Amino acid sequence: MPYADSDPAAALAATSAAPFAIKILIAGGFGVGKTTLVGSVSEVRPLRTEEDLSEPGSGVDALDGVERKTTTTVAMDFGRITINDDLVVYLFGTPGQKRFWFMWDELAYGALGAVVMADTRRLADCFPSIDYFERAGMPFVVAVNCFDDARRYPLPTMRAALNLTDDIPLLLCDARQRSSSRDVLVALVEHALARLSAGQQVTPAR
Amino acid sequence: MVRPYALIAGRTRPSGQAIDLIASVCAVRGASAPDFDCEPEHLRLLRMCRVPASVADLAAGLDLPLGVVRVLIADLRDHGLVTVTGPATAGLSDGRILKEVADALRRL
Ligand SMILES: Nc1nc2c(ncn2[C@@H]2O[C@H](COP(=O)(O)OP(=O)(O)OP(=O)(O)O)[C@@H](O)[C@H]2O)c(=O)[nH]1
Ligand SMILES: [Mg+2]
Repeated sequence: MPYADSDPAAALAATSAAPFAIKILIAGGFGVGKTTLVGSVSEVRPLRTEEDLSEPGSGVDALDGVERKTTTTVAMDFGRITINDDLVVYLFGTPGQKRFWFMWDELAYGALGAVVMADTRRLADCFPSIDYFERAGMPFVVAVNCFDDARRYPLPTMRAALNLTDDIPLLLCDARQRSSSRDVLVALVEHALARLSAGQQVTPAR
Repeated sequence: MVRPYALIAGRTRPSGQAIDLIASVCAVRGASAPDFDCEPEHLRLLRMCRVPASVADLAAGLDLPLGVVRVLIADLRDHGLVTVTGPATAGLSDGRILKEVADALRRL
């Protein structure tokens, strides 16, 4: 490799003028704190996306009872953390419900990993997200957002309730605090690193 | 038809190779002004990517839906006015890059 001793990101960037881009997904049920987390560590901007709901496999079944439309517009949270000229981290916050999975297939491609946010008052809301990333073989961590009026449980109790294996990091967070949100992101990157060292696949195939 | 979609004349699929959300778009240096029947948004887009910009940054900046922006980018690419590169996923299996990211995040 021509850049063995040099700064790795700089070397990558040297081959293309654009910075190396890292993609991290923030998933979880409605109102769990996705926008708050993205906003506390980066400047968040709404990103509009739209999909053709009539496509096969787009989860139309989950919309039973809702008027059938062929396209829908979904707002995604979009944050950017510029690490240096050569390295940028992009955060994408998306709802975790199955009917939004059509967005995730694209989002997951080439992503470093995901943060699944959970709320102890509605723990089941994060199950679809966990299922998705488990199936995709993508690194993820679970961040339990500490809402003021939510009951606190010991981590092992929550790990059991979420049916998480020991290798998946589970941590408490307060998405309103920049330092707390930052710790969640650090935990994700370290988890991805640990998996890399263990020789596990990091990037899901498209 | 809703205005953003009128912009792309009902086309919903961009032509050519898929354009990723974090792919980098860059105006081709020295390329002359578009010689096709372009919309003001094509020109705005072209100005915005004089320095490389990600597809997501461009869509948020234009406040247009992602799918619309992808079609506009593909138009510009078809006419040789922009290049679209990446994302370079190889970096994700480079431990040094991940370490650099973790260290930088820790300093946030
Ligand atoms: N106490 C407490 N409140 C929080 C925390 N995180 C978010 N909130 C509040 O919870 C509410 C919902 O947070 P959002 O960030 O909008 O949640 P969201 O996941 O983006 O919601 P949707 O986009 O509607 O799915 C807001 O009023 C936040 O201020 C937290 O860690 N602790
Ligand atoms: Mg939100």
